[in-house]
Amino acid sequence: MKHSWRRNFHLPAVIGTVPMILVAVGVFVIGIAFSMLWSFTTSKLFPTYDFVGLNQYRRLWSDGRWLVSVNNIWFFGLMSIACNMVFGYLLAVFMDQRIRQEDLFRSIFLYPFAMSLIVTGLVWQWALDPNLGLQAAMRNFGWAGFTFAPLVKAETALYGLVVAGIWQGSGVTMAILLAGLRGVDAEIWKAAKVDGIPAWKTHAFIVAPMMRGAFATAFVLQCVSVVRVYDLVIAMTGGGPGIATTMPAVYVIQLITVRQNVGQGMAAATMMLLPILVVLAVGGVFQWRRSRRKLVHA
Amino acid sequence: MSAGVETATQGAGSAALAAVEPRGARPHRISAGRLGIYAFLLVSALFFLVPLYIMIVTSLKGMPEIRLGHLFNLPAEPTVQPWIDAWLNACTGRDCNGLSPGFFNSVKITVPSVLVSIVCASINGYALTYWPYKGANLLFGILVFGAFVPYQVVIYPLIIGLSSVGLFASLPGIIIVHTIFGMPILTLLFRNFYAALPVELFKAARVDGAGFWGVFFQIMLPMSVPITVVAVILQVTGIWNDFLFGVVFAGRPNWPMTVQLNNIVNTTTGVREYNVNMAATILTAAVPLLIYFVSGRWFVRGIAAGAVKG
Repeated sequence: MKHSWRRNFHLPAVIGTVPMILVAVGVFVIGIAFSMLWSFTTSKLFPTYDFVGLNQYRRLWSDGRWLVSVNNIWFFGLMSIACNMVFGYLLAVFMDQRIRQEDLFRSIFLYPFAMSLIVTGLVWQWALDPNLGLQAAMRNFGWAGFTFAPLVKAETALYGLVVAGIWQGSGVTMAILLAGLRGVDAEIWKAAKVDGIPAWKTHAFIVAPMMRGAFATAFVLQCVSVVRVYDLVIAMTGGGPGIATTMPAVYVIQLITVRQNVGQGMAAATMMLLPILVVLAVGGVFQWRRSRRKLVHA
Repeated sequence: MSAGVETATQGAGSAALAAVEPRGARPHRISAGRLGIYAFLLVSALFFLVPLYIMIVTSLKGMPEIRLGHLFNLPAEPTVQPWIDAWLNACTGRDCNGLSPGFFNSVKITVPSVLVSIVCASINGYALTYWPYKGANLLFGILVFGAFVPYQVVIYPLIIGLSSVGLFASLPGIIIVHTIFGMPILTLLFRNFYAALPVELFKAARVDGAGFWGVFFQIMLPMSVPITVVAVILQVTGIWNDFLFGVVFAGRPNWPMTVQLNNIVNTTTGVREYNVNMAATILTAAVPLLIYFVSGRWFVRGIAAGAVKG
């Protein structure tokens, strides 16, 4: 941080950052505080202030629809983050083999990320449609037994969402991890080669641990987008079949708008904030320890 | 100039380095291993490309041809009628005006939102770097935290707040909302950029008697072109692709293209016109795709910046 010039308080600087003050304090402090406050009330369509303690949380955790949402977000989150990381890492490693047409491949892997999740959802809704999509096409090619239509059955619908999520997001993971790979010192590869260590071992035990930062960035990015997943579900399944693919983000919006039960909706929203707080706290502790280690070594 | 962008995005994960060229000479031998590498990449590329291919091909077919189920075949009798229908006649409920009103709504939302959010964020970044007042860094910390907050936690207080000043479900309302949610990442972007500039520039201008706004307009703004390009790419694609804020805060007359697309496709009664739906989908994706292919590596830098890592 650079030192300010002469005094520590300049009125124009405060005036210039009024929008920032309003957003930081008004939205991210007062807004969140009110959301939490209303989660302890019986607010229906409009906010009220008759407090009922933890009642809304009790009702929330006995609502089958919420329990399904929570299960879904765990399943979808773990599946899509794991697949995204593995596939993104493989793409990055293969992209790093001095291939021809690297820019072309990069453009192809990344373009879905430029599009709206609504578009992604609709594209895959059709691609997985049993009568029009891949299944019908493969059967027309003469593979009569080919079955791949996860969206029509409640048990498999989440897999369809995972496929769409990978299609949209693994290119970004690839880009971040490729940058991490390129950031590793070339000498390490030479040294490993001289020592006769096979390439896959060098990757797994030497290079991958050195890319912690890139992995962490990709992981945090994925976590944030998983918790937020809304557009994709709305466009692809609408939460169905039944409530098989409903998610916490969808649940909260439904409670606020359709079911007009703000108290319980805010309880659900507060629960959504929890995992983010945990991830941030863990990240903060790691950063604090790293900065302390640096101080000790300096 | 590009060095400035490198340093600006470096705090945000070093994906800007993706632009670094591969090292060493190209291998000339074609071995089984290299064939395997290309096979993997080509199969992956197919996975990414097939859905786009299906969409384009289907949007050029008539409905009878689609019902035959030959998904991958090229259109036997290509027609652009679905595209015209998607733009002008497709129905959402009783309105049959196609996607075009949504397109113009999206323009009306995106242009002012991008302008306002970038102006706010550049002043924030500048003030945080050179004029930090007491508590400014705490505010910045809150803002970075805000980048991670699920939208659902703040949507309802925003609805109440905006309706108390009469801006809920209006064009100014949605512009304010986009400015709010764009602010964390953009402020981070501009702050890192200004922090990487040589401080002597600022000191010299101060000695010459320039004040807060003088330094900003005469020194900082002219130097901010590269970072502003990144910010514009980030914001235009982000706001154009938004669905949730549009459907909640814009109000029915101002619904953006993504909302109208979803309504056209997912609420149709009667016969589903897949060709029209796919044409509509491609039209909605066209603007961000165009930006992506034109801007190339700047887009990757925008993603790197979006990969918030303070």
